[in-house]
Amino acid sequence: MDDATSFSHAPADGVTNLSRRGLLKGGGAMIIGFSLSSPAKAQVARGAKAGPPDYQAVDTWIAIHADNTATIYTGKCELGQGNQTGLLQVAAEELDFGMHQVRTIRLDTNITPDQQATSSSSSIHRGAPALRAAAAQARQELLARAAVKLSVQPGSLTVRDGVVSVKGENNFRAVTYGELLGDKPFNVKYTGVAPLKPASQYRLVGQRPPRVDIPEKAAGKYTHMQHLRVPGMLHGRVVLPRGQRGFGVGAQPVSVDESSIAHIAGAKVIRRGDFVGVVAEREWDAVKAARDLKVVWREGPDLGTNATVHERMRKDKTVDTQIASKGDPAGMMQKAAFVRGSSYFCPYQAHVPFAPNCALADPTGEQLVIRSSTQDVYSSRAQVAEVLDIAPEKVRLQYFEGSGTFGRSCYEDATQAAAIMATATGKPVRVQYMRWDEHGWDNYGPAHLAEVRAGVDEQGNIIAYEYDGWQHGWTITSTVSDSARAKPGAERASGSGSILVNPISTGSMYKIANRRVTSHAAPMANYLRGAALRSPLDLSFAFASEQTMDELATALKMDPLEFRRRNIGDERWLDVLNAAAKTANWRPKVMGAELSSAEVVTGRGIALGTHHVSYGAAVAEIEVNKRTGVIVAKRLYGAMDCGLTVNPALVENQMVGQMTQSTSRVLKEEVTFDNKGVTSLDWSTYQVLRMAEHPEIVPVVVQRLEEPSTGAGEEVMGATAAAIANAFFDATGHRMRQFPMTPERVKAVLNGRPT
Amino acid sequence: MAQEFKIKVNGREQAVNADADTPLIYVLMNDLELKGPRFGCGLAQCGSCSVLADGVEIRSCQTPISDVGARAITTLEGLPALYAQQKKLAKAPDLHPLSQAFIDQQAMHCGYCYNGQTVKGAELLAKNPSPSEAQIREHMNGHICRCGTYPRILASIQAAGAKMSKEG
Repeated sequence: MDDATSFSHAPADGVTNLSRRGLLKGGGAMIIGFSLSSPAKAQVARGAKAGPPDYQAVDTWIAIHADNTATIYTGKCELGQGNQTGLLQVAAEELDFGMHQVRTIRLDTNITPDQQATSSSSSIHRGAPALRAAAAQARQELLARAAVKLSVQPGSLTVRDGVVSVKGENNFRAVTYGELLGDKPFNVKYTGVAPLKPASQYRLVGQRPPRVDIPEKAAGKYTHMQHLRVPGMLHGRVVLPRGQRGFGVGAQPVSVDESSIAHIAGAKVIRRGDFVGVVAEREWDAVKAARDLKVVWREGPDLGTNATVHERMRKDKTVDTQIASKGDPAGMMQKAAFVRGSSYFCPYQAHVPFAPNCALADPTGEQLVIRSSTQDVYSSRAQVAEVLDIAPEKVRLQYFEGSGTFGRSCYEDATQAAAIMATATGKPVRVQYMRWDEHGWDNYGPAHLAEVRAGVDEQGNIIAYEYDGWQHGWTITSTVSDSARAKPGAERASGSGSILVNPISTGSMYKIANRRVTSHAAPMANYLRGAALRSPLDLSFAFASEQTMDELATALKMDPLEFRRRNIGDERWLDVLNAAAKTANWRPKVMGAELSSAEVVTGRGIALGTHHVSYGAAVAEIEVNKRTGVIVAKRLYGAMDCGLTVNPALVENQMVGQMTQSTSRVLKEEVTFDNKGVTSLDWSTYQVLRMAEHPEIVPVVVQRLEEPSTGAGEEVMGATAAAIANAFFDATGHRMRQFPMTPERVKAVLNGRPT
Repeated sequence: MAQEFKIKVNGREQAVNADADTPLIYVLMNDLELKGPRFGCGLAQCGSCSVLADGVEIRSCQTPISDVGARAITTLEGLPALYAQQKKLAKAPDLHPLSQAFIDQQAMHCGYCYNGQTVKGAELLAKNPSPSEAQIREHMNGHICRCGTYPRILASIQAAGAKMSKEG
């Protein structure tokens, strides 16, 4: 690697670049300076002005270098999910390059195309098609040039590893892509109609090349956002109350006593509107200044507690949306042989990336250059511009991977805080959130209340289904932006970017002629901040809906696998269900029919679930200690169908993470708050699954070469959570209606006193 | 008030100026510009900042620079050399066997917690290259992986241990 840009050899062309100064010093913290290697020199114009670059130009997507390699410009960022590897596979496949000849660069609003947020598992699903079409067109262009050069028809040419030769000539006449284009632009308009390689000819797609980012990550040489430093930089910290108040109150200082940090030489308070931050030359001084600064904060109205939030939502004046309405579910419920239903209570949960968010803003050039771990560089650029009241083109956002964020954690806050403090001081400022800031001021995955009812006929057909779900909306703005502009913040309760009950996770995998699903959106005021948390609310929907399905199977004295097979309306759902069951060696049984009186009992459960696309199924084997109330998930089997799986190894690795995280969320995780604010502010008060209790995980990918690729980053989480809940019933004969399934709740349920 | 401290990091004595209460993590990251130890919680709860002090894992976020004393600090960067010393190898390998196992197992997602996972796993393997699954789970329990890669961390430690045992 000739440059420090981790998984890419290619430097971030243009204004700034990374040198290895830090490494040369024997250390490794990344210092930003100038270092243009040959591909960069050749394209120095790229990145010289604010993007986004022209979507309709092949050059926006691909650069062919003289050394017969290519740089692939994608608009989707590496979050640890391995999407750079998958996207490179797609591009290399169409170009007929080898994996060793292609690389990506980090997202940069002066360079990379705007493909919107890297969210909703969209990298391959929505990010790859444009790249694939551009690569196919680039290949076509290169072959046209090769045909002229070799004086043959393009149809007589073949390509391997970027070497174009005449079919049947054994490389007698050959020319490389590098020789044909060598760091010069294509200068052709992207058409999107170049013929794509048929699946039958794939050499790379569907294979398992290793992740391109892992070697440097394992060696400790990868540059995470948190590693970046620039000369003359100040360290900044935000100053916030410990634990957020109700939404709409935000963090409003009544008074700030700047003399309270006079003992920390060089520390300085930065204010903009209600925003309060501190800067210092040394990081520890900034940490101490944020800790010691005396601020009196405005108190908010009574927030209730995490224990009462569901009843508050139920009584609230909600905006109701009919998500599905078919037949006469209420009427058919009367005709059912069995009806089962209950209320389900699901918690607020937090993103809490392992590394608190970090950003570095440098105001010393023509543009305000900000590095951060945002999932959407262009949206972050626009938001910074709004906060600072400047043109978006005056801001350059460069993406650096932080730690796994799983949705909208505090990265916009860190980005905007760095921008505000850099602008105020005229110096580069690096901001890192403290642990309690990240835990306490997250945009949480909202709490959810479900009322589910379903009925079956004597033969086991589901004939009626009703789901009512309550939750509040998502915030659009960040805490820092709300503070800096002294505005209460905006929410989104409907439309794009909002959260409603997901119809796919609430019964639509089954043939149900009479079905109603209703979403009840509470106003956000005086709840907590909300936003998308990996597989948004799908754990809640599946927890409620798939337990109801199991109860019907039990009422019918039917095996839950057989019950689902009978009612599934789509062969892709059936295939993932069967794949999970087969891998788990599922033995037909009536759930809870073999209860044991032992102190430690075991159970197996099965369930379906997904996010918006793809198909997920899971089987869980758990152990319950009836005395202590501790549940341990011993073994999980998952199956996923995400259409054409570009790299099954990437999807399997994602499934391992999803199923482990889902176990953590259904057994451990809950944001707690009292009437004043959030009280789960660290890893002790917000418990997550640890090594001692992690399950063994067996992931299975159902490959479909001829189907379009769909998401794979979150689609087996709902099924996993519900399978664990169903396994609990199998083990104990009791139903958990609330998660996380903590020891206290388990003991209460086993003693007949659910909380 | 800042004062000079001499600390031994990865076999080299380093002089740094810092307030006595400065947690070691900030010195390692900012003054010595190391990429291994990294900030995670500042509360000794997560294991992100782990380093070895005389071969024993400590949390550098809760270790004031004034408490380091004469202890030899080894960071992720120094693990291959420490391994060579422990195994009496003529030359340090490019990677500690556990780092190599993490690559072989394609273990990490974001990889941020892998500083701590590697340091803590290496601490265990230095004492016991054939730990049982239960011993690994217990030993590693103080190191959170938010991405949920625990199953592959476990497999990697087992694989690295097997390889180390073979190397004698």
